Amino acid sequence: MAPQPLLAAVEVRRQFGALAALDGVDLAIGPGEAVGIVGPNGAGKTTLLNVLAGTIAPSSGTVAFRGTDITRAAASRRARLGIGRAHQVPRPFGGMTVFENCFVSASTGGGLRRRAAYERCLEVLTLCDLDDVADRRADTLGLLGRKRLELARALATNPVLLLLDEIGAGLTDAEAEALVVMINELHSAGIAIIWIEHIVHVLVQVVSRLICMDAGRVIADGEPRAVMSDARVVDAYLGTAAA
Amino acid sequence: MTAASQTSPTPTLAGARIQRWTPLSAGFTSGFGVLIIALAFVPVVMGASVVQDLTNLLTLVLMAVMWNALAGYAGLVSVGLQAYIGLGAYATVWFALHGVDPYVAMVLATLFCAVVSIPLSFIVLRFRGAQFAIGTWVVAEAIGIYVSFDNQLGAGTGTSLTQLYTYSPTHREHYTYWLTLTLTAFFVIAVFLLLRSRLGASLQAIRDDEGAASSVGVRVVAGKRILFILAAAGCGAAGAMTLANILFIEPTSIFSVNYSAFMIFMVLVGGLGTFEGPIIGAIILYFIQQQFGNDGTSYLIGLGATAIAFALFIPRGIWGLVEERTGVRFMPVGYRVRRRAPDSGVDP
Ligand SMILES: Nc1ncnc2c1ncn2[C@@H]1O[C@H](COP(=O)(O)OP(=O)(O)OP(=O)(O)O)[C@@H](O)[C@H]1O
Ligand SMILES: [Mg+2]
Repeated sequence: MAPQPLLAAVEVRRQFGALAALDGVDLAIGPGEAVGIVGPNGAGKTTLLNVLAGTIAPSSGTVAFRGTDITRAAASRRARLGIGRAHQVPRPFGGMTVFENCFVSASTGGGLRRRAAYERCLEVLTLCDLDDVADRRADTLGLLGRKRLELARALATNPVLLLLDEIGAGLTDAEAEALVVMINELHSAGIAIIWIEHIVHVLVQVVSRLICMDAGRVIADGEPRAVMSDARVVDAYLGTAAA
Repeated sequence: MTAASQTSPTPTLAGARIQRWTPLSAGFTSGFGVLIIALAFVPVVMGASVVQDLTNLLTLVLMAVMWNALAGYAGLVSVGLQAYIGLGAYATVWFALHGVDPYVAMVLATLFCAVVSIPLSFIVLRFRGAQFAIGTWVVAEAIGIYVSFDNQLGAGTGTSLTQLYTYSPTHREHYTYWLTLTLTAFFVIAVFLLLRSRLGASLQAIRDDEGAASSVGVRVVAGKRILFILAAAGCGAAGAMTLANILFIEPTSIFSVNYSAFMIFMVLVGGLGTFEGPIIGAIILYFIQQQFGNDGTSYLIGLGATAIAFALFIPRGIWGLVEERTGVRFMPVGYRVRRRAPDSGVDP
């Protein structure tokens, strides 16, 4: 018998007016698994992450986490259950320091009391290379700092599943390299990861399974090399390259 | 982790401490405490007009601090807090009519406003942005109209707190002042403690980005509700104090949207979302009222124009500007990371 998946989305649809941003997506990931998601712009990747994180409700379909239906659960509840999320466009708490940003996560999503939350934040800031800017106001950070803060804040909730949305986009090769090392560390610590990224060669250094989405559907799912050479995937990318 | 951080030693956070009090903020906070205590002695050493002016000022401070709690931390811009100012005043009249000592009635009216705001919060917190602003205004107007049909409360022509005349004028002024000071200090300290608590960090996160706050685990609506109830109670107290100070009220003035205009002015000018800003704004408005309060329409237009100018050109207000320029925070509501000195053993 297959072990119970950590997260299971079944027949998820999300309509924006006439547009089906998600058009029947099924996705199951196991505990500790690392999955990459690719797909052309507008494929519905971020929308899928929003539905998993509880930021938007699906028009139909269900999401279950550790066997419990969470389709109607608020985003804050999911964060407390162990789903951490880093946004594609960073959303720092600009008027607070980097440390305080993490403290909010650790003390709410992480459910930690004051001392324990402090410890957690210090660990996470060191891990995410934010130690020298811990006291800076978050709105003074550059893009790289903001991306790191997204990750740090998600980690401070002590997640069992991390949802990462293009946290590597716009980074230099060296920065992307460092990111890969960091995410691999998290993965080997047992955290399951769903990582959306356009740069496949970065992605495959972490994930062993790749999903390709197009027009609100999963068009391929499996071993990364097999997915990238799948005819439908090649088509989807050629289609947008021509556009 | 990067090439750069391997060559230059990165300051690690291992063993770092979290500091909440700095010498400056400790000094500033105790100064604040001393000020409150000193204010308690004003009636003993100063004349009646000073006492009455200070009662006025403290009431303005209370209103500004409450509006800021709601707009500055929950992101809820209200033009309807006069609902609670009016309710606080009228509830005081009602309790006094039913045999309660007028000063006790003022405290009961404050609690009454908190209680009333709970069911109302379930309605208005469904709204956001402009809808919330207008929604709260509609609620305020509705309550005002309801009161203006209540004959027991003087209907549209108004009512006064005649029970206060059992006290001699001097006692009345002093008691009113002390109660105003107590309630204002209570609510200002409550906001301070709230901001310092773990919940306070979450409230600031809501202020900065509600969606992101909920995605890290903050219960956004619950946080907003706490501030909404606090603001209702504080404005109820301010309404009761206004009544005690001017003795006569009528629905159109005590439920007037002008109160919202004043609150917005004080907070925008002083500094939205800062602890000190609304207090500064209240002091400024107080002096403006002294100078131009009798100029009617042009005075109100001047206030509006100033508030808009601040919103456009100095959006963080006077106190925001001070914090930006000096880079220091005067109230210990934040968290500072203090690294362990390299080669530990040496006390910094
Ligand atoms: N809130 C919304 N309202 C209306 N349409 C939306 C909304 N959010 C997303 N969409 C639309 O849904 C489609 C999928 O968007 P989504 O952001 O999920 O794509 P994506 O795969 O993440 O793309 P990208 O690679 O550019 O980030 C797009 O056509 C987008 O315009
Ligand atoms: Mg996207």
